Amino acid sequence: MTPADTTGATGHAARVQPGSDEYALSGRWTALGIGALDRQFDALPVARRAQIAVDGTRVEALDSVGVWVLRRLLKRLRDDGAEPNLRGWPARFAGLLELVAQHPDTSLVPAPPRPPLERIGRKVVTALEELFALLSFVGETAIAFAGGVANPARLRWRAILHNVESAGANALPIVGLLSFLLGIVVAYQGADQLARYGANIFVADLVGWSMLREFAPLITAIIVAGRSGSAYTAQIGSMKVTEEIDAMRTIGIAPLELLVLPKILALLIALPLLTVFADVFGVFGGMLMARAKLGVGYEEFLERFLNAIELPTYLLGIGKAPVFAVIIAVIGCFQGFRTRGGADSVGRQTTRSVVQAIFLVIVADALFSIVFTILDL
Amino acid sequence: MPGDASRNDAVIEIRNLSTRFGAHVVHDGLDLEVRRAEIFAIAGGSGSGKSTLLREMILLQRPDAGTIRMLGADIQSLDEAAALALRQRMGVMFQHGGLFGSLDVRENVGLPLREHTDLDDALIDEIAAWKLALSGLQAETGAQYPSELSGGMLKRASLARALALDPELLFLDEPTAGLDPASATGVDELVVKLRELYGLTIVMITHDLDLLWQAADRVAVLGEGKVQGVGSMSELEHLDHPAIREYFDGPRGRAAQQQERKRERQPSNPK
Repeated sequence: MTPADTTGATGHAARVQPGSDEYALSGRWTALGIGALDRQFDALPVARRAQIAVDGTRVEALDSVGVWVLRRLLKRLRDDGAEPNLRGWPARFAGLLELVAQHPDTSLVPAPPRPPLERIGRKVVTALEELFALLSFVGETAIAFAGGVANPARLRWRAILHNVESAGANALPIVGLLSFLLGIVVAYQGADQLARYGANIFVADLVGWSMLREFAPLITAIIVAGRSGSAYTAQIGSMKVTEEIDAMRTIGIAPLELLVLPKILALLIALPLLTVFADVFGVFGGMLMARAKLGVGYEEFLERFLNAIELPTYLLGIGKAPVFAVIIAVIGCFQGFRTRGGADSVGRQTTRSVVQAIFLVIVADALFSIVFTILDL
Repeated sequence: MPGDASRNDAVIEIRNLSTRFGAHVVHDGLDLEVRRAEIFAIAGGSGSGKSTLLREMILLQRPDAGTIRMLGADIQSLDEAAALALRQRMGVMFQHGGLFGSLDVRENVGLPLREHTDLDDALIDEIAAWKLALSGLQAETGAQYPSELSGGMLKRASLARALALDPELLFLDEPTAGLDPASATGVDELVVKLRELYGLTIVMITHDLDLLWQAADRVAVLGEGKVQGVGSMSELEHLDHPAIREYFDGPRGRAAQQQERKRERQPSNPK
């Protein structure tokens, strides 16, 4: 950058004119005007005289950044073995110049970077610590849950209903739309293969099996993890930041009972219902596509559907939903309680909550597939 | 005390200011003048419009009517560039610090320098550490994050950031609220020291009677949308308005007053 660019609002850039026994300073010695001057100190010639006057007559402005750079200049001169003294500085800078003398070096010692092995170790310890914390959270929640079952009057039914509404009823449009589209996609992808073998009618089997057993529970869980799991983390996280959780404890309300149990119970109710809703819309989407692409009429489709799909298929799909519900609610609340510090942490925990919940939902789904295969269901 | 005529020019001039939130009138024809290099305090009960006035002065909110001139510029007619230039000439210490949680304290303090100047990173870090030292914080604090700091340290760190660009005008929002007496006294002294050092003009919002007595040159008491009285605390003492009497007649008011009398009787006591 040229000096002209660094002048700040008005006036000239800071300058040092090195002479044999006098350094003449000029321009604006301020944060905006000092520019790259500091970096040019290395290029200054070595001071040869014992006494060097540092003249400030033509300095137009000075602020603490300027003072700091001046300090550096003086230190540089002393390192060269010279004895600098200030001369001709305007009286209005007196207060600031005193600071030059006052403050000892606040030189910084940067922390040495950690060796790779230590970094890996720290990551592992953090991950293990989080795993144990999750386990203990699950345990505490289970105890609170058992207490709630033993004494249902203590459950917060109003909070449960409120959560059923926000996580369940309000999610109906998005769940319906996405599973409808998914049904269309499944039927569409299968249409070509089926038509090739003249097996058009089997589109009912394809859509029925895939939607009811896999896609409807999975897409519903993923939507709810993104919608409600994140909301749980953000809510509990910001309550933690504003000390509301601590306040609750001191008043004698267990945060688990007030914040966590209602959410888990609400999702236990809402998620299976949403899954049924997704089943209906998914099959409906497949049915539309079967007629448009394969010429399978609605009546034909439904007749085949009722024959091909048995009750266990439907129940297996619905049966996954409560497991997913517990995963989403527990992870959402757990990550909320893990929030430390400020707003930044709330955002970080929310991201973790959604990623972990979706990850665990898919892992659980895979486990279900294995178990069902072994049990020959 | 900066009483001589040459320094009496106004840094902030507020004329006939009106602010409304819906039907609620906050300011109703308020006039105020802050002079160069003075420590000016704005006091007043809750809801008297102190914070709104501050937000209007630091360009965060627009008044409904009236003019505010700051450092010679009418802030209602500023374009973006001029507003930015004006912002660089003032520093604000927020009540709860307003430090960025994702940056450590030294980065917070260095941020204005990093954004607005072309200084070296190393130099910025050094200056930030020095500003922290000036604000009375230890060097180790620089590496900590705002969430790890106590209330008093937060305020000091926030002050260090407000001072990063050597502003001509410094705004302090409740600088001593939530601090223990020792830290609060530290802030009193720091405010006075800053003025001596840089010739800063300081505008602060405070309820703190000790701070009003010890640090403020002039105090404006707000009430009913207007300034009910301006002057030094000893001048205000004789005014007879309920909003002002609150500051003198309560037990706290009297204690702070007596403290001040005691201090005046011992002029040798170095501050």
